[in-house]
Amino acid sequence: MSRHFATGGAPHFPPHRTVGSVMRQVLYALAPGVAAYAWFFGTGVLLQILLATVFALALEGAMLKLRGQPVKQFLGDYSAVVTAVLFALCIPPLAPWWISLTGMIFAIVIAKQLYGGLGSNLFNPAMIAYVVVLISFPQHMTAWPQPAELASHGLGPLEVLLTVFSGQPAGGLGWDAVSGATVLDAIRNGAAAGQSMESIRQSPAFGQLAGLGWEWIAGWYMLGGLWLLWKRIISWHIPVAVLGSAFLFSSAVWIADPAGNPSPLVDLLSGALLIGAFFIATDPVSGCTSPRGRLVFGAGVGILTLLIRRWGGYPDGVAFAVLLMNMAAPLIDRFTQPRIFGHD
Amino acid sequence: MFRRRKDKVELARRAGDRLHRFHGGLRLHHYKKISCEIPVQRAALPPRLYVPLLQHTGREAEATVSEGQHVLKGEQIGCFKQLGSGCVHAPTSGTVSAIVRHPISHPAGEDGRCIVIRPDGLDQWLEQEPLADWQSLDPAALLQCIRNSGIVGLGGAMFPTAYKVQEASERGIHTLVLNGSECEPYISCDEMLMREQPDSIVLGARILQKAVGAERTLIAIEDQMGAVHQALQAAIDRSGTASISIVKVTTIYPEGGEKQLIQVLTGLEVPSGGRPADLGLLCQNVATATAVARAVTEGKPLVERIVTVTGSGVRSPRNLLAAIGTPVSNLVDQCGGYLPGAARLVLGGPMMGYPLASDSNPVTKAANCILVLNEDEIRRPQAEMPCIRCGECARVCPALLLPQQLNRSIRAQKWEETQAGGLRDCIECGCCDFVCPSHIPLVEWFRFGKSRLQELAAEKQRADRARQRFEARESRLARNSLARKQRIAEKKRALRADAGQQEKIAESIERARKRREKTE
Repeated sequence: MSRHFATGGAPHFPPHRTVGSVMRQVLYALAPGVAAYAWFFGTGVLLQILLATVFALALEGAMLKLRGQPVKQFLGDYSAVVTAVLFALCIPPLAPWWISLTGMIFAIVIAKQLYGGLGSNLFNPAMIAYVVVLISFPQHMTAWPQPAELASHGLGPLEVLLTVFSGQPAGGLGWDAVSGATVLDAIRNGAAAGQSMESIRQSPAFGQLAGLGWEWIAGWYMLGGLWLLWKRIISWHIPVAVLGSAFLFSSAVWIADPAGNPSPLVDLLSGALLIGAFFIATDPVSGCTSPRGRLVFGAGVGILTLLIRRWGGYPDGVAFAVLLMNMAAPLIDRFTQPRIFGHD
Repeated sequence: MFRRRKDKVELARRAGDRLHRFHGGLRLHHYKKISCEIPVQRAALPPRLYVPLLQHTGREAEATVSEGQHVLKGEQIGCFKQLGSGCVHAPTSGTVSAIVRHPISHPAGEDGRCIVIRPDGLDQWLEQEPLADWQSLDPAALLQCIRNSGIVGLGGAMFPTAYKVQEASERGIHTLVLNGSECEPYISCDEMLMREQPDSIVLGARILQKAVGAERTLIAIEDQMGAVHQALQAAIDRSGTASISIVKVTTIYPEGGEKQLIQVLTGLEVPSGGRPADLGLLCQNVATATAVARAVTEGKPLVERIVTVTGSGVRSPRNLLAAIGTPVSNLVDQCGGYLPGAARLVLGGPMMGYPLASDSNPVTKAANCILVLNEDEIRRPQAEMPCIRCGECARVCPALLLPQQLNRSIRAQKWEETQAGGLRDCIECGCCDFVCPSHIPLVEWFRFGKSRLQELAAEKQRADRARQRFEARESRLARNSLARKQRIAEKKRALRADAGQQEKIAESIERARKRREKTE
């Protein structure tokens, strides 16, 4: 008697990983940075993550339904959650709720689903969302709270909730009372006023190396990123190229004019450079895919970020740099095709 | 990289001096031990043998026996009569009970013609005529013997060995590489062969070395094959040959692939579309070498092979020496049968093997492994996700391709782009499939793309030939008319040049003029 078997394509192994497991590991890797962020800046951080995630999943589900795609399969890939979390980590923790909604509409509906959904977006959805709200609502997007140690009026969880949903600081406080300049703001404004780096460093925003609190958050992001490297979720090319090029660029201008420029360490640990290097620029869909292409892509992100910081219109430039390099990615990929085995 | 062939051949002479790396690949769990515990046993003959006529690359051979005929073991039962190749022999003595279409598990198709033999239980050999002394024979006679014995590449490629050796020897070979690195998990038939019959392998190596005119032989084994190295070394020492050496290569799938193994041994890449012979190398599987040794020294054609029957779905995994044509079900029964939960039957290894729908398929010359896997060891049918361009496929690709881009170009039917992307250089090792988080069946798409490219190339060839014929005709017509014009012009010139003729013309013109004047 012969026995019959169901057939299926090789390899005959259980799946090594899934899109969902990749995205989940990215979320795990973000956890230490998120925890540090919440430690220094309060529960607003977590609230923003929650808000953005809820909006993202709702919008993604609705769009998938409209596009006639399997909703459960694609919601289970966690890509919308990653987008939401990255966006939430980029906006001020006390930003009003509709910032998150606007951002997610642009990220999920426009940048992702209208371009064809997972894998088809040309631009990094989280960065599109961030840039849209940054340009549209500058006053809300620049109201960064002070780290807990500096804040004269720490807000409790309930007050944070009220602030986020009313759009006004709770307890009748003005925005000035709950927010202050970040390191990059201080550097930018100080440099514009002709102050030397030494006097800018007197700003209370500075900690040991870079921004008070921010330096720790950046460190934890890097740790999470290194874990992703070790788990082979991301390749080393983009983080190394982003940080390497930013370091070289920053060093060059710092050596040329130490009084007028922050040290490379301040540059690397401030703003979104570390989370950008490990979590944002490494978005595979909108970035380059060949190893050499990834080096070029990362170097572009690093250098453009610093160019914008020094001479652009914004204190930080990671989002713009990533979007600009997203545009260049197909071209870079075209010119960095690896040599095929057996071809001269 | 821009080296001429001669320089590369010179470099390749140093094969095995030090080990090199190939790009990508996977470190897989071996699962080999489970089938290596018991020595190789001869499998009992089944009630019916189904011997496929297609056990080589190319077209099906013709049957040379008819139904009801009695055959002896080793008697030729199928062959290409004109070429004398693709020979198939009776695996035992018995009666040809039928010649039927039957599932044969060949990449070229599901079914094929099989000669069904009912063994008579005597297992009686055809009168053998071993070659007197192989050392005194010339390569042509050795090749003839290899060809007549129906030997094909036993590593799974099924390429006719005599043809491969002959083609290589015409190009000049300095080093014969015997491939004993079976790289795919689970498969252990070559390892067991090297442990148990090292003398036969060494003898086969010497014969092949002579047949192809090589100066030396390298036997490549995996670094995790413990007992093999000693056994082979002892056999080499016994044979007293100084030209054979053993190289241990690192076990990284697919280091047993011909091109990868050569890269590991020499650091050189076999040119695209080329053969190892371009580097002065010839690669043969170790089992092929033993088949050659048996054919040349004992006059016995290839009628049996070692098959690994393994996997967690088999009660008692082991290696069996099976007659070609034995149904898979029969071998599994001899290993204690299936365990509950057996969910997939694979011919070959888990990376490149292909699934059998039924265990009535016979063992062929290429069947190195029968693998039975449980439900939780295989990939359940699941929805494919879109490519997220993570680039893992490119990282593991030993051919340095960008599989995700090839996938896109094939699906978009952009054939020029597909070709430029190097689809032909894909070795179908399945590393990209293994790591793809979106579970895109990349190799399946690549096989489809390759067949499309072949069709297009054939179409283009036809079109080109038609165009050439048309152009030849056009130019012939143009040539003819030009020649004709030239001939007329020539005549006119000749007329003009002739003075007497000119006068006559003038006279006649004059006459005509006068006539006209008169009439007026």
